[in-house]
Amino acid sequence: MRLAWRHAVAVVAVAFALFPILFVLSAALNPQGTLSSTELVPTGLSGENFGKLFGDTQFARWFANSLLIAGLSAAAAVLVGALAAYAFSRMRFRGRRVGLLSLLLIQMFPQFLAIVTIFLMFSTITDLWPAIGFNTPWGLILLYLGGALGVNTWLMKGFLDTVPKELDESATMDGATHAQVFFQIMLPLVAPILAVTGLLVFIGTINEFLMANVFLTGGGSKTLAVGMFGLIASERNNNFGVFCAGTLLTAVPTVLVFQFLQRYIVSGLTSGAVKG
Amino acid sequence: MKVVSLGLAAAIAIWAAFPLVEARSWAGLAILVATTAGVFYLYLTRRHIPAKYLVPGTLLLIAFQVFPVLYTASTAFTNFGDGHRGSKADAIAAIQTASVTQVPGSPEYALKVATTGDPATGPLIFLLTDPATGAVRAGDASGLREPPARYTVLTIGQASARSQEITAFAVPTSGGAIRSSGLSRAYEGKALHGYDEGCDCISDRETGKTWVADATTGSFVAGDGERLAQGWKVDVGFRNFTRMVTDGTISGPFLRTLAWNVTFAVGSVAATFVLGLACALALHSPRMRGRSLYRVLLILPYAMPSFAMLLVWRDLFNTDFGLVNRMFGLDVDWFGEVWSARLAVILVQMWLGFPYMFLVATGALQAIPRELTEASSVDGARPWQAFRRITLPLLLVALTPLLISSFAYNFNNFNAVYLTTEGGPFPADNPTVGATDLLITYTFRLAFGAAGAQYGFAAAVSLLIFAIVALISAVSFRRTRRQEEVYS
Repeated sequence: MRLAWRHAVAVVAVAFALFPILFVLSAALNPQGTLSSTELVPTGLSGENFGKLFGDTQFARWFANSLLIAGLSAAAAVLVGALAAYAFSRMRFRGRRVGLLSLLLIQMFPQFLAIVTIFLMFSTITDLWPAIGFNTPWGLILLYLGGALGVNTWLMKGFLDTVPKELDESATMDGATHAQVFFQIMLPLVAPILAVTGLLVFIGTINEFLMANVFLTGGGSKTLAVGMFGLIASERNNNFGVFCAGTLLTAVPTVLVFQFLQRYIVSGLTSGAVKG
Repeated sequence: MKVVSLGLAAAIAIWAAFPLVEARSWAGLAILVATTAGVFYLYLTRRHIPAKYLVPGTLLLIAFQVFPVLYTASTAFTNFGDGHRGSKADAIAAIQTASVTQVPGSPEYALKVATTGDPATGPLIFLLTDPATGAVRAGDASGLREPPARYTVLTIGQASARSQEITAFAVPTSGGAIRSSGLSRAYEGKALHGYDEGCDCISDRETGKTWVADATTGSFVAGDGERLAQGWKVDVGFRNFTRMVTDGTISGPFLRTLAWNVTFAVGSVAATFVLGLACALALHSPRMRGRSLYRVLLILPYAMPSFAMLLVWRDLFNTDFGLVNRMFGLDVDWFGEVWSARLAVILVQMWLGFPYMFLVATGALQAIPRELTEASSVDGARPWQAFRRITLPLLLVALTPLLISSFAYNFNNFNAVYLTTEGGPFPADNPTVGATDLLITYTFRLAFGAAGAQYGFAAAVSLLIFAIVALISAVSFRRTRRQEEVYS
């Protein structure tokens, strides 16, 4: 009896969570592929939409671009953020407090509000170094890394603070250099928060639409967000099934990363216990 | 390891230096050399250990975040935007070429449109053949010259795709300009509007009307108050900021938008937190069966791509064939009415955000020692009392920083509005501010909207948004414990 309300809450929440997803699934399998013909429960079973997705659009290219950009951004952001978090957590130096507070402040200015300036800036960069200019993944990754400090550093610093100082102090006593302490002792200890930060950056980057839209205009260089938005920009009703097929496939890498990192996620998100 | 990294840094610096030398950008080269030298010094010396860890992120932060933000901030004090993009000389040149008209007897040329770059986007060149002499010359935005060594002539399809650009294109000549008439002919016309340095004004050669330069607004104004559309960029001081307060058509909607923006952020955080916490509490019992299955299903919305799901939700709320109306037998014009649109936006945000809250609440619950709640039940407290008095306060201590950053995130949640309602519904008398517009979508429309770009004003609004979020977050952070570590 005591468990009844628990199941009731869980079932209602699951229903709420699943019904849009079920709708997307149904639309993706719907042979007619239009919005108006889609019901909550699949009315037919056909791979036609998936076929069109790969046959008529550059979905595979977009997918590869998104994986490259999101994967590299996440990895680099974690490394850069972890380095800074280590300094802020373990060392005491002049400007530490100011540094932490200004990170918090700068981070509150949404980067894309500066999009006009960023556009002008990258126009020059494209002229000088086309390799990292518009329509390349590298320039966009650099741009995303501009925000790699900030929230990530704060999140990781909070977790690093919970790791007992005695651990790295004793390693220093044994003659380890600060680089050895960082790479061989700290990083393995804080794996949960590295995983969570990486996941958050990965999800955020996959979903980033606005800057990618300004940055990547050529068909082959687009990311999933930009490419799929274009898919339904003109023919919303008719391309709906194809769009939903793309949505399902876009979720696949995130779900995989989730599964892979699952054991770290809960402890990492709350900066909780210290585990090896 | 260190040697490899430094070698790589040196290689990148050298690679980056060549284009700078070629472009004769000595200031850029000086910055590059100084930065590289600084990096080498830092990593070769044994001192400055904290800096070794902070420099990589800081360099990226300065180049791609701080610099654009500062540049944007300085834009807030200008009138930069459509019609006010370049210098005064640019504006005068543009006014003169725009007024070029064909007069009897003006020379005509056979025209081929070409480009030195990509046919779809590269800079245009006019290849002009004088029918009398057969001589071919090339013209670009700076004037007539010899044809360049390499160029691509646009096909008819490519040219007609850029026909607007070609129509606006003009090759300046003394006293006028060469413009196209159609895609294969061009003429040299005379400028109707001329600039006179003596009176610092533009005058019309036919009517004699003059527009005098006004340095405070960056535009040419005639005696009767008429302004030429083409102006130049000037500093306007705080005028963009005072405009938000004094201009009635802006300040009223602005305050309403601000109020809704706060409601949206608070509502989204509260809705996701309540549902996420409810789920976490429901599953927080070892006797509960199927916990891991529930957990996987509840997290699914978080794994779905949010940009795509926002677009799907927009269709779910469609009045005619949206699933929400069909499933519940409703006939609600969700995005057509102010409050239903607002409710829908928050509902969508709740769907997207509650799995995250569920995850963090689960983690925080696990961190609360079981002895605490067990002790309270021994003392005769009811479960609800124990939750209110013990669990919730402890949870809030742990989760407040996350709730604050969630608030800051939602305050500027551009996608949530832009991809669903696009700010609408709009009142009949004001198409610039809609009922679900957040300040950020409003700003975006100011800067990039159809009504003409107002970058300067948009930048001023962004600064204001930044100030509001920073203020709210700073006040709330002061109240949390975590901040104390900063001061130690």
